[in-house]
Amino acid sequence: MAENAIDRSKMTVSDEVAIQITGMNKWYGTFHVLRDINMTVNKGERIVICGPSGSGKSTLIRCINRLEEHQQGQIIVDGTELTSDLKNIDKVRSEVGMVFQHFNLFPHLTILENLTLAPIWVRKVPKKEAEETAMYFLSKVKIPEQAHKYPGQLSGGQQQRVAIARSLCMKPRIMLFDEPTSALDPEMIKEVLDTMISLAQDGMTMICVTHEMGFAQAVANRVIFMDQGQIVEQNEPREFFNNPQSDRTKLFLSQILGH
Amino acid sequence: MTKSLSFVRTQMLPQQAPPVTERGAVKWLRENLFSGWFNSLLTVLGALAVVWLLQATLPWLLNGVWTANSLGECRSIIAASAGEGAVGACWAMIRERWHQFLFGFYPIEAYWRPVLAFGLLFVALAPVLYFGLRRTNMLMIGITGALTVLALLGVHTDSAHVLLVAVILLALLGVAAVAPTKLLWFTLIYPAVAFYLLWGGSVWGPVGVLLGLAIMAAIWWLLQARLGVVVATSVGFVAACVWWLALQSYLTTPLANAMPLGLSAVNSDKFGGFLLSFVIGIAAISASLPLGILLALGRRSDMLLVKSLSVGFIEFVRGVPLITMLFTASLLLQYFLPPRTNIDLILRVIILVTLFASAYIAEVIRGGLAALPRGQYEAADALGLDYWQAQRLIIMPQALKISIPGIVSSFIGLFKDTTLVALVGLADPLQGITKIVRADINWKGIYWEPFIFVGAIFFLVCFGMSRYSMYLERKLKTDHR
Repeated sequence: MAENAIDRSKMTVSDEVAIQITGMNKWYGTFHVLRDINMTVNKGERIVICGPSGSGKSTLIRCINRLEEHQQGQIIVDGTELTSDLKNIDKVRSEVGMVFQHFNLFPHLTILENLTLAPIWVRKVPKKEAEETAMYFLSKVKIPEQAHKYPGQLSGGQQQRVAIARSLCMKPRIMLFDEPTSALDPEMIKEVLDTMISLAQDGMTMICVTHEMGFAQAVANRVIFMDQGQIVEQNEPREFFNNPQSDRTKLFLSQILGH
Repeated sequence: MTKSLSFVRTQMLPQQAPPVTERGAVKWLRENLFSGWFNSLLTVLGALAVVWLLQATLPWLLNGVWTANSLGECRSIIAASAGEGAVGACWAMIRERWHQFLFGFYPIEAYWRPVLAFGLLFVALAPVLYFGLRRTNMLMIGITGALTVLALLGVHTDSAHVLLVAVILLALLGVAAVAPTKLLWFTLIYPAVAFYLLWGGSVWGPVGVLLGLAIMAAIWWLLQARLGVVVATSVGFVAACVWWLALQSYLTTPLANAMPLGLSAVNSDKFGGFLLSFVIGIAAISASLPLGILLALGRRSDMLLVKSLSVGFIEFVRGVPLITMLFTASLLLQYFLPPRTNIDLILRVIILVTLFASAYIAEVIRGGLAALPRGQYEAADALGLDYWQAQRLIIMPQALKISIPGIVSSFIGLFKDTTLVALVGLADPLQGITKIVRADINWKGIYWEPFIFVGAIFFLVCFGMSRYSMYLERKLKTDHR
């Protein structure tokens, strides 16, 4: 994953706002899990969120497509505010793709059916067109030959690439990655990261919760460090890794990079 | 002596066949029958038990008499052929009374109607049980058709009706060959067809009921996109009720007068034997599955009212014995309903048995739902599927697959429980008909034969259901673990 091999020509950040989070707070029961989150994501940004476990980073991106409900503050995704209005939620969800740590493919459907299900039922795309799109994205993640197998027959890395392709089939404007490589064998991490890098090269707006610091350095334009439900530090990657400001960040970096 | 730690394999080892004692019949015998002195002893004891059982029953079965007019005649034939004091079965009773076990007191000249209804049942089931498998569908319908025609000849149907039935079945076979999915339409109207065939009367009654359902479907179709699934269903249901209760008679009465098409009406008290068991069992099975799914979803709902109603219903129904509910059906319901409403006893029993079974099914399906990982719900949500889409496309197919053994167990239990209707005065095959047969002076004292006959038929049906469920589990297995 040499940095010089990455084509940065399309990796440009526009002035248009994709996600705007202001004064957002969330509690699990009495536990204050997200505290006063303020964050603006522009179109084309590639953001990596890192931090110790339990710091609320997964919860934060799960709030962006309302898999979790926030109790205070405002989240506006692509001009639509997330409230309890189901129509808005469905609209945001169909614009925002999400990739999970445990893939969450549908085991009773073939790979092709996994990919075409949402376009057919949510976007009302004709079946044939949906299948063409699906095959296009399957070739993009380099496993078109697996289209008629079931998820259980694929390796972890292949399943995660299918999951990425499944999200892409909805033609999302924003992609959220929730620790996409944490459940994978070391040999398979690279194939998933390569897929994510090629997605970044195509100019996708991405927010990734990950501990892959190599990926952060190569692709991200901003790294956010969270601890105890708060954003502790954010910076562009080179500064973030070479010159961390807060003591908490320094400690974290020394622990994950130190061995 | 220095020992180097370094080791490099230059050649990978090829696979080898296992030793002789680890393969073939020797291995099987050793592993399954004679692995140790205790298991060898058990094997010998088991073999002895089988021999003893055969010794006890074989003469009785082999001396069986098929032609006789009474139990006494049976006994004298056995005594003459096998010697004084020999035992033997008297199947002659079955030969004389089989039709009562199957049809109860249904008029003999109309036997073709339940036979046809039973045959059409399998035609209606084919596209459901073997969805999308055209050859299997055709095979099932073809065999059913042939057997139905044979059975019609067996119950002495006049040739006009046999011909009619053959034409109908051939037409359905044609549909299965050309457009197998269109057969589902037949499955949809089958309940009305079966009702008309079994109870007879004017054809316009069932047609009116079907029209009500069509109205409901049309309203659902129109409103569902704008108002959502729940509202559309409710409005459709209310409209259908209005049609059934208030408007239907304005259409069907004049039609019935103008075109009095119909079969001779058969009253519910003529139903009995396996005809009764199948009517109650199949109606309750097919109605309790969707109801059970709704109850299971309701129990997991976030809406307090829906949730507490579902929980209340399930816990109440499961807490009350079925027999209590059957008594309710036969007696109490009449007190609670407005005077002069006269709902047929069989219909009342079907409703109560359905409610009873649906509570159990709901709990079985809830188990399946609980076994699904949360990630499946989240993935469906994240893709933008709404609640009903997620349930129908993602959650239910998986939850039902997990629940197949439990659901089929419930169905088997339900089918066998249909014999309990004897307690409310219906002539079920086990108690009702057997009692009647044994009250006959000719067959007084016969004991084993009717129960073996009835038991064998129950076993065949339940075993069939069980085998189908195993087929389905294999077919739906996609996890490749």
